Amino acid sequence: MPIAETDVRWVKAPTLGLLDRLYIPAIMQGLGTTIKHVFQPKVTQQFPEVRPDLPANYRGLHRLNRDADGRVKCVACFMCSTACPARCIDIVAAPAPPEWKDREKYPEMFVIDELRCIYCGMCEQACPCDAIELTSLFDLTGLSREEMMFDKEKLLSVFDETVKMGKDPIRTQAGVLSCASEPSI
Amino acid sequence: MNIIWDNWPTILTVLVVFGALQALGGGLVYVERKICAFMQNRVGPNRVGPMGLLQILADGLKFILKEEFIPKYADRVVFIIAPTIGFIAAMLSFAVVPFGPTGDPTKIEYASEYQFVIAKNVDIGILFIFAISSLTVYGIILGGWASNNKYSMLGGLRSSAQIISYEIPLGLSILGVTILSGSLNLERVLWHQSADIGSWHIWTQPLAFFLFMVSAFAECNRLPFDLPETEQELVGGYHTEYNGMKLAFFFLGEYTHMVTTSFLMVILFFGGWHFPGIAERDSLGVLKLMAFIVKVFVFIIFYMLIRWTIPRFRFDQLMSLAWKVFIPMALLNLVAVMIVKEFDMPLWLLTLVSIAIIVGAGFITSKPPMRIVKTAA
Ligand code: SF4
Ligand code: SF4
Repeated sequence: MPIAETDVRWVKAPTLGLLDRLYIPAIMQGLGTTIKHVFQPKVTQQFPEVRPDLPANYRGLHRLNRDADGRVKCVACFMCSTACPARCIDIVAAPAPPEWKDREKYPEMFVIDELRCIYCGMCEQACPCDAIELTSLFDLTGLSREEMMFDKEKLLSVFDETVKMGKDPIRTQAGVLSCASEPSI
Repeated sequence: MNIIWDNWPTILTVLVVFGALQALGGGLVYVERKICAFMQNRVGPNRVGPMGLLQILADGLKFILKEEFIPKYADRVVFIIAPTIGFIAAMLSFAVVPFGPTGDPTKIEYASEYQFVIAKNVDIGILFIFAISSLTVYGIILGGWASNNKYSMLGGLRSSAQIISYEIPLGLSILGVTILSGSLNLERVLWHQSADIGSWHIWTQPLAFFLFMVSAFAECNRLPFDLPETEQELVGGYHTEYNGMKLAFFFLGEYTHMVTTSFLMVILFFGGWHFPGIAERDSLGVLKLMAFIVKVFVFIIFYMLIRWTIPRFRFDQLMSLAWKVFIPMALLNLVAVMIVKEFDMPLWLLTLVSIAIIVGAGFITSKPPMRIVKTAA
């Protein structure tokens, strides 16, 4: 359907005055702007010395959270690896030890390929137990591909490291005690 | 042997100037990066050495140590010759430019005293500079052609389109100055203005200065006229395929050109080493040298400020600017100078004429076609 004539607004190109057509005032104005910037405070962060102040919801390196007893919170439900668009979470589930009364399974192996991950945070959203979270650590490096496959121990150590920093609180979505920590009746 | 012994001051000057120009090229890259950074609220190179000053050396080392790669289908001979032509032409044109205190060239003892210029008293000085420095364009065109790359080729072609635009206003604009000072000899033009600040040509020839400056920007391939390079459209243009020392030669040529044209602007319009109260005709040579260098640096900084301020022209815009605006303006200015000289009229008339021409050009330039744009309300 064509646009109704009443809906059309006619815009005229502004006519240039004498000063506009000389261009010199405009150039002077431009120079003024750029020179003003020379004396403005600089915004550069001196990165390795000055760490950036990242927001708490920054999506960096993953961690596997521990529950109050220090056990891995994950119940090996595979929700995260199903949700992961990059298919980079590899979980091998095993029956939970008999003394863990509150769950049936736990991850015997839990590997995230940090090189394949696109840091979308879908795993974090999918997890019913808040067991996996993305921290604000962003400068991870490695000398080989194998080094960048983060296994369960490494991901748990990331938790130990970040939970004390105060930067990455445990962002629980399912209550203080999430599903895996609920005492069995 | 004798010829070397007799001319040792000149040979020393050549060596010093040659070295200084190359060092200056490196230094200017640093200054340019710093200024660019400041204008974008960044801090610029600051890692290598204090305030990043050793960045100059690091850049130089990188250029020297890089692999010398020549594309398989490039014309090897021309590919290697092209940057050399650009570099040599840029260096050579500096030969007649006075870069420090010079005496009165009309006196007999001028030739026997030491003067801060490599080739003393060259009567065709300005012609020499224009003749040699327009050769740098050959470097660009040949480099673009020899690379056998479409981007480079387009860069080279644009460069040739550019040279036929700016060369004429460049030459025409300074004719007025040469008529006023009665010589093409740069030292004489300089001496002519060193009487007092009122004799600087900028007062009587502001229009010529403006035209010369804009054309010089085009000649140095600096923004807003860096059409042959245009990183955004031509990925570097004529030097897309160049790396290492050959690329460095192109850059050195460009920066030397910038320095030369800055010197020319100071010599032709701003009295060279003359500065009222500080560097008069009978002042110490050091003061004159300082005044000169400071003035030149002001222009170099201005080049860089402009570079990060004005967006690039299209080459048809450059052409129509040069042919439809600058050449008529320069011609009118030239006629005005001739009339004033012929009838011994007061020189301040020329200032008025310059202003009148600029304002008149503003009036004449065609009004933009009335564009009416339909937009949905
Ligand atoms: S952040 Fe995204 S890509 Fe990375 S592991 Fe989680 S779901 Fe997969
Ligand atoms: S979604 Fe949570 S609980 Fe389920 S496997 Fe992944 S990390 Fe473990």
